[in-house]
Amino acid sequence: MPKPLPALIACPHCDALYRRPALGRGERARCARCNAPLYREAIRLNPDHLLALVVAASITLVIANAFPVVQLSTSGITHSASLIGSIGILWEEGRVLTAMLAFATTIAFPVAELGAFVALLVIIRREPGSPHVAALLRGIQMVRPWGMTEVFMLGIVVALVKISHTAQVVPGVALFAFAALTILLTLIVSYDLKALWALRPLPRADS
Amino acid sequence: MIAPPPTAHAKGLILCETCSLVCDPGPAPHPHCPRCGAALHARKVDSIRRTWALLIAAAILYVPANLLPVMVTYTLFNTSHDTIMSGIVYFWNSGSPDLAILIFAVSIFIPLAKILCLVLLLIAAQYGVDKGLRQRALMFRVIEFVGRWSMLDIFVITMTVGMVRFRSLATIDAGPGAAAFGAVVVLTMIAAHTFDPRLIWDRSETRR
Repeated sequence: MPKPLPALIACPHCDALYRRPALGRGERARCARCNAPLYREAIRLNPDHLLALVVAASITLVIANAFPVVQLSTSGITHSASLIGSIGILWEEGRVLTAMLAFATTIAFPVAELGAFVALLVIIRREPGSPHVAALLRGIQMVRPWGMTEVFMLGIVVALVKISHTAQVVPGVALFAFAALTILLTLIVSYDLKALWALRPLPRADS
Repeated sequence: MIAPPPTAHAKGLILCETCSLVCDPGPAPHPHCPRCGAALHARKVDSIRRTWALLIAAAILYVPANLLPVMVTYTLFNTSHDTIMSGIVYFWNSGSPDLAILIFAVSIFIPLAKILCLVLLLIAAQYGVDKGLRQRALMFRVIEFVGRWSMLDIFVITMTVGMVRFRSLATIDAGPGAAAFGAVVVLTMIAAHTFDPRLIWDRSETRR
């Protein structure tokens, strides 16, 4: 059985090995060899604060997907556009791959991450050693790079600027919801998941 | 100059990819992390070969991504096809040079720069070049960070298609280039993930 050495830390970017220093609030450790950030003792969020943020983000995500992003009118024709509606049009027009890519990065992965996060934070309070905790954390780490809400937010802005030359644009509820979601997700992602891994009990190293 | 720190590998230790725990793997042939249960590998498995394969695929798809239209506009009188580049030219000419520069940076410059930088990192790691180690380490971190922003154009296309639905007056559809472009972004993101930045440092280590 491999032996855990929690007092040590290795740089994931260059493999340099250090004794783990204790950090003060707001401090961050950087690798002396390659300058990569190692870990941080950022804003003191505990798992309960994180749960509040994740629930807020989940509600915002539902609103962002249930309402139209904008309402447009030109020459007397008015209609509204939502994210899921736009993806549906791509799909119907035969752009299946593009539709799947947009759906995965703006809806499926963020939903999966937030859902897994709620389950994780509820379970970790009672039983940090549960195998579900490891599976959920691994799942979150796997989907996280593929949720692209903040990039999508910028995409909406660019599309609006482009379209505002030709049509009248009235912002919808979902536009503000996506903006709020971008901020909430940025806060959630700033929480270092290593702190949650560290809550797991280690097997005793007596072998 | 302070002496460089020892590496985990030199001490016979392994950093768990999944939960960041440093482990002493012991004599077992296929060690697993005692905290999260993930398989322990000193370096990412087959990193160089996998990264090369993904980069070659991305470089091939970069061609249709830029040559095929990403948007098709139907109006009462005509149909026009736009590639990524002609979309940028449209922004430039219609009074939004800032957006033209933004789209050019994320859609054309970043994917190309990412492929070229990863090729450079791979070759340097394979030949054990020991100059510019810190610069290459920084280059990799930048590549890893900016990659996702290349997806911007896919989202602009998605929302434009959803918004411009004025029945017979004007309609916009996505073109076949969009899927190729999306694939380039996804492949280069996976390639950056498969590349193990510790390989930048490994050869210079053994030579010293």
